[in-house]
Amino acid sequence: MKNLLKNRETQLSIVVVMLLVIIGLTIPDFLALSNLLSVYNDTSILIILALGQMVVIITRCIDLSVAANVALTGMVVATVNSMYPDLPVPVIILMGACLGTILGMINGWLVWKMNIPAIVVTLGTMSIYRGTVFLISKGAWINAHQMSETFLAIPRFELLGLPILGWCSIMVVAGMYYFMRYRQLGRKIYAAGNSPTAAYYIGIDVGKKQFIAFTISGLLAGIASYLWISRYAVAYTDIANGFELQVIAACVIGGVSIAGGKGTVVGCLLGALFLGIINNALPVIGISPFWQMAISGGVIIIAVIANSLSERKPGRIILRKAVQNAS
Amino acid sequence: MSEVKPIFSLRWISKHFPGVKALDGVQLDLYPGQVTALVGENGAGKSTLVKVMTGIYQPTEGELFLENKKVTLNSPNDARKLGITAIHQETVLFDELSVAENIFAGHYIKSPSGKLDWTCMEQEATRILKEIDAPLDPKKLLKELSIGQRHMVAIARALSFDAKVVILDEPTAALSHREIEDFYKIVRRLQDKNCAIMFISHKFDEIYAIADRFTVFRDGSNIGSGLIKDVDESQLVTMMVGRTIENAYPKVHAELGTKILEVNNFCHPTEFDEINFDLHEGEILGFYGLVGAGRTELMQSLFGVTKPSAGEIKVGSQSISINSPSDAIKAGIVLVPEERQSQGIVLEFPIYQNIGLPQLKKLNANGMLNKKAEYALADEYATRLRVKAPDWNEKVENLSGGNQQKVVIGKWLATKPKIIILDEPTKGIDIGSKAAVHEFMSELTGLGLAVIMVSSELPEVMGMADRIIVMREGLVVEEFARHEFTAEKLVSAATGAVGGV
Repeated sequence: MKNLLKNRETQLSIVVVMLLVIIGLTIPDFLALSNLLSVYNDTSILIILALGQMVVIITRCIDLSVAANVALTGMVVATVNSMYPDLPVPVIILMGACLGTILGMINGWLVWKMNIPAIVVTLGTMSIYRGTVFLISKGAWINAHQMSETFLAIPRFELLGLPILGWCSIMVVAGMYYFMRYRQLGRKIYAAGNSPTAAYYIGIDVGKKQFIAFTISGLLAGIASYLWISRYAVAYTDIANGFELQVIAACVIGGVSIAGGKGTVVGCLLGALFLGIINNALPVIGISPFWQMAISGGVIIIAVIANSLSERKPGRIILRKAVQNAS
Repeated sequence: MSEVKPIFSLRWISKHFPGVKALDGVQLDLYPGQVTALVGENGAGKSTLVKVMTGIYQPTEGELFLENKKVTLNSPNDARKLGITAIHQETVLFDELSVAENIFAGHYIKSPSGKLDWTCMEQEATRILKEIDAPLDPKKLLKELSIGQRHMVAIARALSFDAKVVILDEPTAALSHREIEDFYKIVRRLQDKNCAIMFISHKFDEIYAIADRFTVFRDGSNIGSGLIKDVDESQLVTMMVGRTIENAYPKVHAELGTKILEVNNFCHPTEFDEINFDLHEGEILGFYGLVGAGRTELMQSLFGVTKPSAGEIKVGSQSISINSPSDAIKAGIVLVPEERQSQGIVLEFPIYQNIGLPQLKKLNANGMLNKKAEYALADEYATRLRVKAPDWNEKVENLSGGNQQKVVIGKWLATKPKIIILDEPTKGIDIGSKAAVHEFMSELTGLGLAVIMVSSELPEVMGMADRIIVMREGLVVEEFARHEFTAEKLVSAATGAVGGV
């Protein structure tokens, strides 16, 4: 029981439930099942992107280009749909996934083979990707009437009360949970981030794992791009501008350590849900969006303090009596 | 027992690094079911050898044979697949992962579909841990364990694949007596499984307790090997240090002045205890000991990096309290740290900025940077130390290790200290620069400065020091005046070998 309470995921779940209770006391309607599902649905894209970001952060990197990837892939997807409305939507989704993956691989390759710090690489590609959106669209918007009906309808189609969009994120959560816990590659990603030296000593190629992490982040951004465009029914240069910060925030709140090697799918999911609930509830209560930013900022700092307190390390124990006391 | 054929053999292994021959024509045989002790001074090349044997480094020359077949180890993975495994000095494991995962990382147990079988891994981990009498919860995170328990995990890891060759690189360094007893049992169990074991240790009691054979290492090559029952401690010590310490050190006899530093009953909860010594103007006081004896930690505490739990420091006749490096600098104590690149210097800065760094306030009196004053100061000290660079605008990262070290020393000298602490001042620098650093130490004492030199290199400490304090396990064990220095006495005191020579 004590162990369970020390567990980061349990703590976060308690915080999320408390948050819901507090909001529910002010506006009981917020807790209606249909509303909760709609809040979840609203948070789906954040969840998907946060899981990709989590993998990258676990390998001691960061992906600042993730929102620009969504914008660029999204613009390509929307353009293709508007030019060839008869092309089946699954083909378009596949195209988006592939393009997103390639953009992620470019980041990963630069980090792996060129040995450039991830923050520098993705700061650069963030601008390049976003600039490319403008080049493709020449600054023009693609609006709902230019997109095909199926293209727009799929994510909205409801199954058991939850739109496909929400189901997509559930599938990604389940897939990532399985990958990070039950696949050798997922575990090696943890090992590489937790201690690169130790990982190298047991034969893990750390750079390659970083490449794979960026590839995963790119793939998820590619999938998210279609969901984003069809959900908001518009594509333009500034789409998802600054969203990478929310994505990183969701990871940090969810207990993913910026120092790498630590973070779980469940924690990350809870971190994203926390932000999603705040984003949805505060306007209803009538709190200004600037307060929302301050609140999520405060929560990030608290989360980071909680992380660093749990990571404090004692010095070396040399004295024999101290060794005996410790053991 | 000598009819047993070796299972793992190294033939003429050499490993060169730029400017250094770390290994030079090494021959080594490991026998199944036997423990071979590898002994040698710090820096003799033992750790490099371990890395060559486990595929982390590739030898420049030479061949490895496993069961009479030539093998090439291009990566740690190759070594592991062949059944060669090492437990490293600093346990290299994963803090944030569970005990079971640490044991099986890299060779996970999977179902045919590739799904990892955690239940099975946890059961196996429990079984192996039980086998070595370390009943740990396989689900616990490694960071929750003590150092001794972590070692047990590392050993369990070695047992989790069919290891033919197990290398133990100073595995007992952080273990308590009881844990060491358990550890002996495990080694015997490995022997019963017919593993060939290489055991690196500085502690003679352990070597005599478990080893069958020995190999002595010195300056990157093997000096002698044989059966442990044929040698005694003093013979091993002689082989380890057995060179004539050349009189190439520019030791100038300086007149000792007044007492400048007195340290009384200096203690730290976990790193050192009851340290007492004094230091005079013009003196070089050497601190000798094995790696991990607590010397660096003591110096960091004197310099205000870590907090002692008790004790008194007197500079001159005044008792002072040092709570931070800036207190120490004010009191005239400076530290040239062991890790030059991370602790000693700002690599990206030019030479003149590095030298001016500790006294920016003084140099730039009106709050504006005064490059002229900084440059002039740097010019004075860099010239005196003969730093080799086109000019003092050169970035420090472009200098050789020896010249970088001169910049660090110059930086501190410019603050006009009374006491300068040098922690491994010539570690990893070339011979020419070493001589320059040594010469300069003599010059310093000539000027009346007091020097504390921490060194693990016997010739250096014997060549330069007026007095040597030997530390072991965080305690001062013995003190020698210059006329008492012998390599054997120092090594015996540092390793705890009984009887001496």
